[in-house]
Order: sequence, then structure tokens, then C-alpha cells
Amino acid sequence: MNVILTSIIVLGIIGIVGAAVLYVVAQRFFVKEDPRIDQVEALLPGANCGGCGRSGCRDFAVACVNADSLDALSCPSSSTETMKKIGEIVGLAASEAKPKIAVLKCNGSCDLRPSMARFEGAPSCAVLASLGTGESPCPNGCLGCGDCVAACPWGAMKMNRETGLPEVIEDKCVGCGACAKACPRQIIELRYKGPRGMRVYVACSNKEKGALAMKYCKAACIGCSKCLKECPHGAITVANNLSYIDFEKCKLCRKCEAVCPTHAILAPNFPVRKPAPAPAPKAEA
Amino acid sequence: MKLHTFKIGGVHPAENKIAAGKAIENLPLPAEVVLPVAQHIGAPAKALVKKGDKVVRGQMVAEAGGFVSAPVHTPISGTVVKVDIARTPQNMPVEAIYIKSDEADREADAKAIAEAKPLSDAEVEKLGAKEIIDIIKNAGIVGLGGATFPTHVKLSPPPGSKAEVVIINAAECEPCLSCDDQLMREEAADIVKGVRLLMKAAGVDRGVIAIENNKPEAIEIMTEVVRIENSKASNKASTITEDPVDVLPVDVLKVKTEEVLSTKIEGNSLVAEKHTRVSIDTNALTPTTHRIPTIEVMPMKVKYPQGGEKQLIEAVTGREVPSGGLPIATGAIVQNVATAYAVYRAVYLGEPILDRVLTIHDGDTGRNLRVPMGTMLSSIATGTDYEKIIIGGPMMGRTASTLNTPMIKGTSGILLDSRYAHRRPVEPCIRCAKCSEVCPMGLEPFLISTLSRLKEYDEAEEQKIANCIECGSCSYICPSSRPILDFIRVGKAKVMAAMRARAAAKKA
Repeated sequence: MNVILTSIIVLGIIGIVGAAVLYVVAQRFFVKEDPRIDQVEALLPGANCGGCGRSGCRDFAVACVNADSLDALSCPSSSTETMKKIGEIVGLAASEAKPKIAVLKCNGSCDLRPSMARFEGAPSCAVLASLGTGESPCPNGCLGCGDCVAACPWGAMKMNRETGLPEVIEDKCVGCGACAKACPRQIIELRYKGPRGMRVYVACSNKEKGALAMKYCKAACIGCSKCLKECPHGAITVANNLSYIDFEKCKLCRKCEAVCPTHAILAPNFPVRKPAPAPAPKAEA
Repeated sequence: MKLHTFKIGGVHPAENKIAAGKAIENLPLPAEVVLPVAQHIGAPAKALVKKGDKVVRGQMVAEAGGFVSAPVHTPISGTVVKVDIARTPQNMPVEAIYIKSDEADREADAKAIAEAKPLSDAEVEKLGAKEIIDIIKNAGIVGLGGATFPTHVKLSPPPGSKAEVVIINAAECEPCLSCDDQLMREEAADIVKGVRLLMKAAGVDRGVIAIENNKPEAIEIMTEVVRIENSKASNKASTITEDPVDVLPVDVLKVKTEEVLSTKIEGNSLVAEKHTRVSIDTNALTPTTHRIPTIEVMPMKVKYPQGGEKQLIEAVTGREVPSGGLPIATGAIVQNVATAYAVYRAVYLGEPILDRVLTIHDGDTGRNLRVPMGTMLSSIATGTDYEKIIIGGPMMGRTASTLNTPMIKGTSGILLDSRYAHRRPVEPCIRCAKCSEVCPMGLEPFLISTLSRLKEYDEAEEQKIANCIECGSCSYICPSSRPILDFIRVGKAKVMAAMRARAAAKKA
């Protein structure tokens, strides 16, 4: 009985002393943290995708709270409403960033670009890119091993076995850019999603002369500049035998798409088109 | 006899050297050549010609684009058709010069080849080390073993390091290839002259020709030629002895005279007397003047990668190249045997690199061919569809996706072998550690491969991924046939780029 009593007393004293120490330390070394950081972080998706350019969601929340203006801060994974709520918490006007989506600048599906070799090594685009052109003869096109699919934290990409190209699932893609970073050929670009998903882009990255490009892939941009002449908004530039549509200037008139001889310009989700088979960037009619 | 070899790791793949002993066939000059400007490690060469220019055989068509670079020469006379894109065997675009010859050009070339006459040994003897290096530089000679590192750079060691030995890499440890073997059997005398030139250029008196023991004919021939050459050299230096090694030639010795006092007893008293003592001035003996340049043939154990630069240095000298250091830190300069032959041709015949010997191997038959640079591989490897084409040897060679590519300086072999066509299915790692066992660099391949697959490049750098020589022993030995080297290559490229960027930032 005596032993039990002694133990209880000793342990009790230790507990009280420990509590006192902890209390003093907590008071003395208290770090005052803005409670708004936690509030903002709770609104963020918490995927730590890095799409905002910060190291994670917490870092982004700290940046939001400490910022003087939210213009340069935008979470690509959150909706405009979420950004507005964040703006209310920190007392600033939220930036109105247009939502972006990843597009694959290659349309060299298996039937359009005959493969010239078969690769049996490690199934990774990075490995393939270090070796050469891979299975396709195009030195710039998609390698088709799905490094982007593996890199996507949102499950917004999938490999289409028939075309051999990755597809972006539009509803899920938040435009964080993880796929663009993973692509060793750097052929994934973040472009404005556009009203109702309507956008116009050149689905080719081949920088070779037209005849060569055509020899290897029927869907290649040959740099003929027809689209350049057609564009009324000056949104198109042609360099290195490759056309590029500036999405800031593009007014979605689709005149370029109509004149492209190789159908390298894609314009998905436009209403007058026949219904696209899938909400994919290569929904070419 | 104890055979030299490196200490750790190594594998012994089936040799398959069926082209060994087959005489080198000279391919005729093609009517059209395609000469890529980047045939070597380092800065690409800069094209000197433009469309429509007339060129003659041996003319420099692209000049070196920096110190670590090499010029390109045309093996045929003719007209420049265009400077345009050509394809590497991996189908990547590369700038190249297209040259086409006509009937008159071909006659001129045939005449030039027939009339080529080598200089005499006496004329070559007059050349100094600097002049030899300049000839090598202008001849566009690069390491012909496959790494294509410019030879003149290796012969000009950075300040603070001193070369002690030239090692001629004739190990030819790659299975299937036998072009170096055959070259030694046919051109032994010229190769040894080339070795002597390399030794002179590097300012060393020791040359080692390292040959793997599976080439007894080459070892025999080279030993004989080297014995004659060594005795010639010693006879030149000293006529008083026939012993070729360790002789002090009298004409290079400095004699010093000094006056000394000695005493002698004269009658009943000691008398001091002055003498003149003649002795050899040991201070005037420097390693390069007191020894006769000697070459030796060293048979090596048959083990892959015996011909890796670092492995060969360790096997021959017993010294290890420090991690991240240059091979010259051990005092060794390693050159391929075909490079030595190219040096001979450049100095004696004044001929830049215009052709090289390669082995073409299609599983059942093998041939050794002397092919002019810029010949399209599709014209050499004719026949039906091959399941797999490897440019180089089966261990380190790269699979080609097209044969519509020109032959370049580093093309040491073409394998058209269906046996290598398919990889076995990849299975999970069973932790057998065979890859660590065979790694000649003492790395842990399974670990750095996984780290680079997971993009943990910092950790991979700590595990010395940059030391990997990409020999492929790990992938070869893996019982689960995992693509170990595939991922290491990617990670190594990333880590090396990061290291270079850091070094550049530090300098700036």
C-alpha cells in the first residue's frame, strides 16, 4: 500500500513540475502566427502540386497572407470562388486568373506517324529521350511512355492506347503544370482553357523542314505560314518551321484551323463542330 | 604468367568474336559522303565549306569549334552538295556536310591513294612533341575506341600534372568486335610507330600495349614487332650494348669533374695531394634523358570492362583514378590502338582521319571492313530487315533506329544480331546484389538506378552516380533483367548537368 502511495505522489510531483516547465516555455517562446494562414490553407486543395510556383499549399498560404496584392498569386487548382474567399480572409482583391489547361503539342498518333523501331527498355520518356527519337521518327514529338500521366497529381491524364498519346481529362485538369515539367520533350503547354473549353492551338512541335516533317508524320506542322496570313489578330508567329498561336491574342475565330493543310491546328469544344468523341485536346473532326 | 586486370567487379560475356582473323576488306570510296560536324565529344566543328564548293580528298571541311573539338576532313574529292541535317543512328538531327564526287574526282582520288608515300623514320625523328601534337590536332584524330575524345587534348595535360606512361588500349573487351585485333595483326609495325609518336608527343619513355589474352595472334605479332623496335631504339641511343632495356646511353650522360684532396704517405710524413675525379653527374639525369623509350606488350585477363579507361589504368599501373579526377592524375594517358594507327598515318603519310576499321557482325558471320568516313551505313549493312541493329559493341553500343546515317569516327562496329533483339521480361528485384558485385566502379547500381528513377538526384549524387562508366555490367548480370543502366544514364546526365552548372556558378 505504501509503495503505491509513494509512486502516486512521486509521479504526481513529476507531472506538476513538467507541466509548469511546459507552461513557462510555451509562454516564453510563443511564436505569434497569423491565424489567417491556417484559414487560407484550409481552403486550398492540399495537393502540394507546385502549380502556383511555391513549395506547397502552406507556403502559398503564407505568401497570400503576407502579400500586398494578390495579383501575382493564384492557385491554379482552386476555383475563382476559392480565390475570392482567400481574398476576403486576407482583405485583398483576388486576382482573376483565367483558368488554364494542359495541352499536348503533338498529334502524331500511331496511324499518322508510322513507327520505325520498337523500344523494349525501361518504359520512361526520360530514358527514351536520352537515347534518341524512340519509336517515332520525329525528334520533337511525343514519346508515348506516359511520364506526364505518372506525374499528374490530379489523375487528369490518361494514356490512349490506340493513339499512343496521353489525353488530358478536361474536368480534372487544373493546369498546375506538373506534366509540362515531367515531359522531357517539353511539348506540353499550359494554355487558357477558354470559354466552355474552346481553344485553338497548333498540335505539333516538329522544328524540321516541311518535307521532312511530312515524311515522318502526316499531322506535322510544315511551317507553311498559311495560318499566319489568315490570322486577323496577329496572334500567330512562325519560327523554325513551326507555327505558334499566342493564346493571349487569340480571339478563337478559327480561321487558321480552316486553312491548315495538314490539320495540325486543333480546335476542340467548338459548338458548330460535330460532337467530339471525347473531351480531349485532339478532338479533331 | 600472371595476367593483369582491375580489382573489383567485371563480367565475362560470351565473346562471339567470329570476325577475328578475317582480313580487313577495303571498301571502295563512295560516290557521296555525309560528314556530320559533331563526330566527337566537345564542341561541334564549324563548317568551312558551303554549297557548290570544290573539295579534294583530305581537305578540312569543318574546323575545330574550340579546344576540346576536332576538325572534319573529306575522304573523297568532289563538290559540296549542301550543308544540311543528317540523322544520327538514333535518328536525332545533326548538321552535316554532303559531298558528291564525279568520275574525274574518283580518278584523282585513286591516283592520290596510289601515290601516297610515307616519310622516312629519319624525317619523322626530327619532329618535336609540339609539332606531333599539332599534326594530330589538325588531322582531326579522336579516340577511335568509341568515346571519340579529341586525342590532342589528352596529350596536352593540364598544368601541374605530368604524364609517365602511355597505355595503348588494345583490350577490345567488347564481345563480337575484332577490328582492333585484326588491325594489330595486319598493321603491327605501323601501330608501334604510332605508339612511339604518341610517347614522344606526351614526353614519356614508357609505353604499354594492353591486349586481352583472347587475342594470342595479336599478342605474338605485337611482341615481336615491339622487340625489334625496342632494340632499334636502344641501338640508336647506344652502340656499346645489345641489351635493350635499362641502358645508359653515353652521349646523353653529363660527366662532372671535381677536384678532391687525398693523402698519401711519403717517407715519414703525410702529404696532401690534389686529384681530379671524374664521375657521372647524377643531377643531370632526368627520367626522360637517361632512359631509352621502351614499349612493352602486356597481356590482360579477359574480363569486361578491361578496356574501360579507368580499369585499364588500374590494371596496368596499379593506380586508381580519383573520383571526379582526370586519368592524367595517375600519370597515364590511354589511347586506343586504332588511334595510334591513325597517328602513324597522320604523321608519316600526312593523312587525316579518312577511314576506320569496323566489325560488322550479323550473328553467324563477321567481317572486318575499312570504311571511308561519311559512308552511309545502309550501304554497308545491306540485306533484309534486321530485328535489331546496334552501333558499337553489344555491351556499350547504342541501338540504332535507322541505318540511314553516316559512318562517323566513333563507329567501331555494327551488330545486326537478332539474338539481342528482345529483352527478357522485367521482374522484381530479388536483392541478390549481383549488380553491386560486378560494378567495376564499386557503386551500388540497384540503388542509384532506383534513386534516379524516383528523381532523387541529390541522393544519387551522394551515391556517386557521376562515377558510373555506363559499362552495362549491372544490366547484363541482373537475373531479374531489370533496366538498371537505363535509369542510371538519365540520372547521371541530370547530375552531371547540375554539377557543371554549380561549377560555372562558382566560377562566375
